[in-house]
Amino acid sequence: MRRLTLRTVALGYLALILLGPLSVVFWRAFEKGFGPAWNAVTTPEAMHAFQLTLVIAAIAVPANTIFGVLCALLIVRHPFPGKGLLNALVDLPLALSPVVVGFALFLLYGRTGWFGSWLSGHGIQVLFALPSMILATAFVSIPFVVREVVPVLREIGTDQEQAAETLGASQWQTFRRVTFPAIRWEVAYGVVLTTARSLGGYGAVSVVSGRLAGQTETATLYVSDRYENFDIVGAYAASVVLALMAIVVLLTMNLLRPKEGVH
Amino acid sequence: MGIHVEGVTKRFGSFTALNEVSLDVQQGSLTALLGPSGSGKSTLLRVIAGLERPDAGRVTISGEDATGVAPRKRGVGFVFQHYAAFKHMTVRGNIAFGLKIRKRPRAEVRARVDELLALVQLQPFADRYPSQLSGGQRQRMALARALAVEPKVLLLDEPFGALDTRVRGELREWLHRLHDEVRVTTVFVTHDQEEAMALADQIAVLHDGRIEQVGSPRDLYDQPQTPFVMSFVGAAAQLGERWVRQHDLDLRLEPTAGALEARVERIARLGFEARVELQLAGSGTVWAQMTCAELNRLELERGDTVWVLADRARVFAESS
Repeated sequence: MRRLTLRTVALGYLALILLGPLSVVFWRAFEKGFGPAWNAVTTPEAMHAFQLTLVIAAIAVPANTIFGVLCALLIVRHPFPGKGLLNALVDLPLALSPVVVGFALFLLYGRTGWFGSWLSGHGIQVLFALPSMILATAFVSIPFVVREVVPVLREIGTDQEQAAETLGASQWQTFRRVTFPAIRWEVAYGVVLTTARSLGGYGAVSVVSGRLAGQTETATLYVSDRYENFDIVGAYAASVVLALMAIVVLLTMNLLRPKEGVH
Repeated sequence: MGIHVEGVTKRFGSFTALNEVSLDVQQGSLTALLGPSGSGKSTLLRVIAGLERPDAGRVTISGEDATGVAPRKRGVGFVFQHYAAFKHMTVRGNIAFGLKIRKRPRAEVRARVDELLALVQLQPFADRYPSQLSGGQRQRMALARALAVEPKVLLLDEPFGALDTRVRGELREWLHRLHDEVRVTTVFVTHDQEEAMALADQIAVLHDGRIEQVGSPRDLYDQPQTPFVMSFVGAAAQLGERWVRQHDLDLRLEPTAGALEARVERIARLGFEARVELQLAGSGTVWAQMTCAELNRLELERGDTVWVLADRARVFAESS
């Protein structure tokens, strides 16, 4: 009886918070049939927005993956003064509102900002262009790989790495053949979360991008743009594409992941 | 040749793990580092392997100064207490690791791994993962992995510490035979004096970051130089200034010159041997060890008064 109650509450909450809105998105997108929805997401602006989102993710995700693994190794394996600060700093993007991040970048790279004046003097446009959008996306998706990898690095300890060392492996060989295989599923999971956040990022990107349709409009910005212009089908159809992207990422992850309990 | 450790000091913060330790290990010998936990024995082994960097002192392996040399270039094989198995590799993959790092031809790796699998009797388990092996099997795998690269010295850190008593005994015998076959200079760390006595040609007893005494098992037992060695290598009782082995306590039923009067508190028969707990007339308690046959001859009962003769007791000079 108690188990049934627990199940009802948990699933009911999920349905209310998660499945409900998601089904509305699908329902509204295809309300007038498949045709209008398809047309809405294949306009040049829509195509450009999806492409831009993928380009940003394709740069921000690998960068954050490499940084995340290095950062986790630093935190766990190479204690240094200020380690606690780094540890706390990594979580900052989770605590800080993305809009604030966007404004910070805006001030830093704006025409009168610290970096902005120098960069624009050298003909490099950061704000209202791809670089600032990548920076904003990378910032908000930093914590995921680090947070996934740190606990498992702690758990596996240093014995295996030291064994590899005594067997003649260099630092890189030890990482590639011993450490990485031990953390690969956590890295993969971190990548999935980073990707999901990159695809869905809105606040920070919306501040720094300038939201120029067909130029600096990512998929999420495009959705809100369509919505504000009363193109309901367009907004929902684009949302469906975003949702499908997220689902594909999660499924890939689940297919890659070995079944629990093996090895 | 062998291993030469000279004046090694290692501190962890304010704790001095090793205090100017020097040790010579003969080429081809089997040496035990024996001591209680916190005595510095594992740290000494890790300094020899290069896994810890000493604050002072030198380590020479096979005549070459290894002090500043990275572990991977020292030619040491290291076996960890908790196996340190590469969990995502099969037994074969684990053993082949060092050879693959050295980019040996595939056929050679295969042949060498087969040879080692036979040596550690793990052929039927070649394609299993470490999680599918017992503790004893994992440790044999770890040994084969360390031996694969033909190390100049083999270092084992409490190699049997995580195993149950029966398996520990088997592996001990097995390591002894292996050493007879392979003849690689071997140093192992243990807190178990019986294990050290049963396996080693030479034992170094460590206490509080210093080496108390180095010698053969017989030397340490018969000629201990400090009370610590006497009580740690085999048991010993203290009678005032004098130290004596429990089996050297001679119980008499009549008053005897030079003997201490005592009362029998408890008698425990352990099969072949027996222990008699004694309350000394002066103060303190000791137990005496004897065979059950001897106990029968004395016909001791609880509450009896006996005279304890300790002719073979030792007196140690005040140690610093």
